[in-house]
Amino acid sequence: MRDVAAEITLGPVLFNWQPDTWRDFYFRIADEAPVGTVYLGEVICSKRAPLFDEHFDAVAERLRAAGKSVVHSTLSEVTQNLDRKLVESVASSQEELVEANDGSALPQLQGRPHHIGPFMNVYNERSVAVLARGGARNFCLPVEMPAATIGALCRETQNLDATFEVMVFGRMPLALSARCYHARAHGRTKDTCRFICDDDPDGLELRTLSGQPFLTVNGVQTLSHDFLNLIDRVEELREMGVSRFRLSPHSCDMVRVATAFRSLLDGTITAAEASEAMVGLNLPGPFSSGFYDGKAALSRSLQ
Amino acid sequence: MNDNGYVRPELVCPAGTPAALRTAVDAGADAVYCGLQNETNARNFPGLNFTPAELETAIGYAHARNAKVLLAVNTFPRAGEFALWREAVDLGTRLDADALIVADLGVADYAARTYPGLRLHLSVQAGASSPEAIRFYCQEFGVKRVVLPRILTVAEIADLHRQIPCEIEAFVFGNIGMMAEGRCSLTNYVCGLSTNMDGVCSPAADVRYEEDAERNLTTKLGPFVIDRFAGGESAGYPTICKGRYLCDVRNEPYYAFEEPVTLNLSALLPDLMRAGVTALKIEGRQRSRAYVRAVVSAFRKAVDDIMAGRDASLASLLALTEGQRETQGAYRSKTWR
Repeated sequence: MRDVAAEITLGPVLFNWQPDTWRDFYFRIADEAPVGTVYLGEVICSKRAPLFDEHFDAVAERLRAAGKSVVHSTLSEVTQNLDRKLVESVASSQEELVEANDGSALPQLQGRPHHIGPFMNVYNERSVAVLARGGARNFCLPVEMPAATIGALCRETQNLDATFEVMVFGRMPLALSARCYHARAHGRTKDTCRFICDDDPDGLELRTLSGQPFLTVNGVQTLSHDFLNLIDRVEELREMGVSRFRLSPHSCDMVRVATAFRSLLDGTITAAEASEAMVGLNLPGPFSSGFYDGKAALSRSLQ
Repeated sequence: MNDNGYVRPELVCPAGTPAALRTAVDAGADAVYCGLQNETNARNFPGLNFTPAELETAIGYAHARNAKVLLAVNTFPRAGEFALWREAVDLGTRLDADALIVADLGVADYAARTYPGLRLHLSVQAGASSPEAIRFYCQEFGVKRVVLPRILTVAEIADLHRQIPCEIEAFVFGNIGMMAEGRCSLTNYVCGLSTNMDGVCSPAADVRYEEDAERNLTTKLGPFVIDRFAGGESAGYPTICKGRYLCDVRNEPYYAFEEPVTLNLSALLPDLMRAGVTALKIEGRQRSRAYVRAVVSAFRKAVDDIMAGRDASLASLLALTEGQRETQGAYRSKTWR
């Protein structure tokens, strides 16, 4: 095991929450959640980013005052000039630690410490080495990476100064597109969306023609319907060398989620108790162990 | 550049099998792209692709007819399994492939450092869609050409061309996935095989067609219904991003991502050629020789017509499109998004 203290991290809010809700969420996280690092910033749609500008500094300040590290995440898909400007404004910040979610952010980050986000395709030791050469220090792995590959990656990179982070809670990001599917569902386009995605704080559900819940739409992003929950695998991941455990924010009680994971890492509760503590969150989908066991995520949760 | 302001583009054609490769070359392809029979390429389908011996023969065939062979090594190796991709790069180099199409940072790094003279193309699977991302690959690995994701408009491509130091290859015809390439785990979610790591999308082994008494057809991928067709209606292959779904904000089932259509940019060819696109790419390594012959011949003639100042007609291609419906995808205007 790498000699790095384990940390619970909070990924960026992926959904379009009301700005005041967004601010209040982070204020509560600052005050109450036992997380070490909070990733801030709009990673899905550059049109949304200005909505949170007015609260951004106050949120970052409150989190830092509470002893949290703040990392600024960049946009995951960059096509238009508006997207490029957003990435540039984030990546050019010299004070903030930045997490790159697309190759667009990399040129500006070369030569200084930065993070690599889960939307970057980093699956093997040589990719890690290339990015580490440019200053990458922490890698949040793609959600589709199974346990065997996570373990192999940790083993094969022991000579590098890199830490690994794995998403352990939340709807799983599955795909990105240039097209906004929220707008499409409402008969609009990305340019004429009128921010309709703010109707759905945990995304918009798609069911199959037989009525089976299947996917979740969030702007240009598609996520799973099920909620990833790896609380019963945290000890195993820790043994592999993963030191950071990412929770993806939802409208449920995230302080409770963070507390369950933190208590487990601290050894104040057992894995069974931690799993029990995750019951009753009132989520709009069932738990799943996702891609962890290397089988089809969905068929697993159905069994 | 000719008098009309066009630079003659390279026509890059699919070769799923040695026979398809010969067909494409004979039909006028300037270059063909292909992959090995394993997960090192993004069309790792049963019955497709080349053994090393077949690749050697195919490269000989193409080179004798002044056509190039581009070897796709464009998936992402899993940790600890890098050797298979290293061998693919070594083999392509040894057999004198004209370029390697790569997506993974590690594979690109290995190829660039081991074979400094090797020509590298950045696969669409790398998802590099901005000047900054593309320049990063050019600087780090000496990439000579980028295959653009199908998410940009022609105007955006022209703009991009002025800001990058490498050539541009753009898709002009074929099957169009709705998700940004290299950034889709939908198949893995349903079937347990990864598009990025295993080179698989909607694998045939997981496809089911179920017909009821009224001859209505339900198509499924794994345990999930992807679409339903009334008796007699032609049924599409169940690809997740082309299915019909239910949603609380819609009264009827709808194509949540896209209708099953084929990308056909024949009408935009002159615009693309003026936008600075060096190479026009036709999708379809999984397609038949007849399909390859028809599409490659039609595009060969169209490009030659445009270069000669004649109007290009590609009307015959409509019959080859999926459900005989075509789209210009993201290329024509932003309203597609």
